[in-house]
Amino acid sequence: MKPTRLLAIISLSAITAGIVVTAMADDDRRYSDSWGAKTLPGVAPVDLPLYQDECGSCHMAYQPGLLPAPSWEKLMSGLDDHFGENAELPENERQTILNYLLDNAAGRSNYRASNKLMRNIRGAPIRITELPYFVHEHREIPSRLVTGNPKVRSLSYCNACHTQANKGSYDEHQIYIPGYGRYDD
Amino acid sequence: MNEIKKFVATGLTIAGMCYGSIALSQTKAGEALLDRYASAGAKNFSAARGEALWNQKFTHAKSGQKRSCTTCHTSDLRKPGKHARTGKIIEPLAPSVNATRLSNEKKIEKWFLRNCKWTLGRKCTPQEKGDFLSYMSNQ
Repeated sequence: MKPTRLLAIISLSAITAGIVVTAMADDDRRYSDSWGAKTLPGVAPVDLPLYQDECGSCHMAYQPGLLPAPSWEKLMSGLDDHFGENAELPENERQTILNYLLDNAAGRSNYRASNKLMRNIRGAPIRITELPYFVHEHREIPSRLVTGNPKVRSLSYCNACHTQANKGSYDEHQIYIPGYGRYDD
Repeated sequence: MNEIKKFVATGLTIAGMCYGSIALSQTKAGEALLDRYASAGAKNFSAARGEALWNQKFTHAKSGQKRSCTTCHTSDLRKPGKHARTGKIIEPLAPSVNATRLSNEKKIEKWFLRNCKWTLGRKCTPQEKGDFLSYMSNQ
């Protein structure tokens, strides 16, 4: 092979590789840009009446985007001992609800609060209150406003203070702590 | 004389109708369930037995806690109750003040399963469920 021809092949491959690399980087950026641009605030509101009825009859129907999929899977496989309560469901309804939770879990629905809740999760925690981002966001609230407050009692009752929690909005400007008032940090 | 007889007879008929409607104040869903419990061997459903069971206290094996239906639903079914754990308000169970109650077979069975296990630590028998239904439907 003539040296000029070899050079041509080498430079041609280099150019091609360059194009491919550039294209990939571009594609990646476009992908992450579109993910970021399409992020909606809060978490997706509940839109399955069956879920609202079945889970919302005892507690706030926590939005699927408040836990990642493996957590929902674990939680939904132990409904006979649901944090000490019996919450058994007929199998067909359990399946329907599980599928809904998995389809809309944090990490699978593009909402800002859901995305943040995914940070630093290890394993499959089934308590929303134990997710690192949740803990971080609530770390400065004095316990007298929560556990020591008979109208709140626990961080588990989102809608005790987050006035728009039922709609999937946890904005800090919409916080009202019973017996205390607005809470901005 | 004939007039009086007629009057008494009419009175008795009306009284009988009233009594009948009280005794049969079971919802359609409730009736279907009572039939099902009866075919599983239960019989002579009693509102009084249902009421006694409603107020009976059971000791929860794990926690030693005393539990009864009244823990969440109170002893007056016409009044709202409160979930023992979450504090969420439970709408009244009495069909006389809450027409949506006892209207759905599947729902009744689902809550019997969950709440019998929570309260009694086991499933209720068809007899117990029939007695409960007879008590609740008259409230």
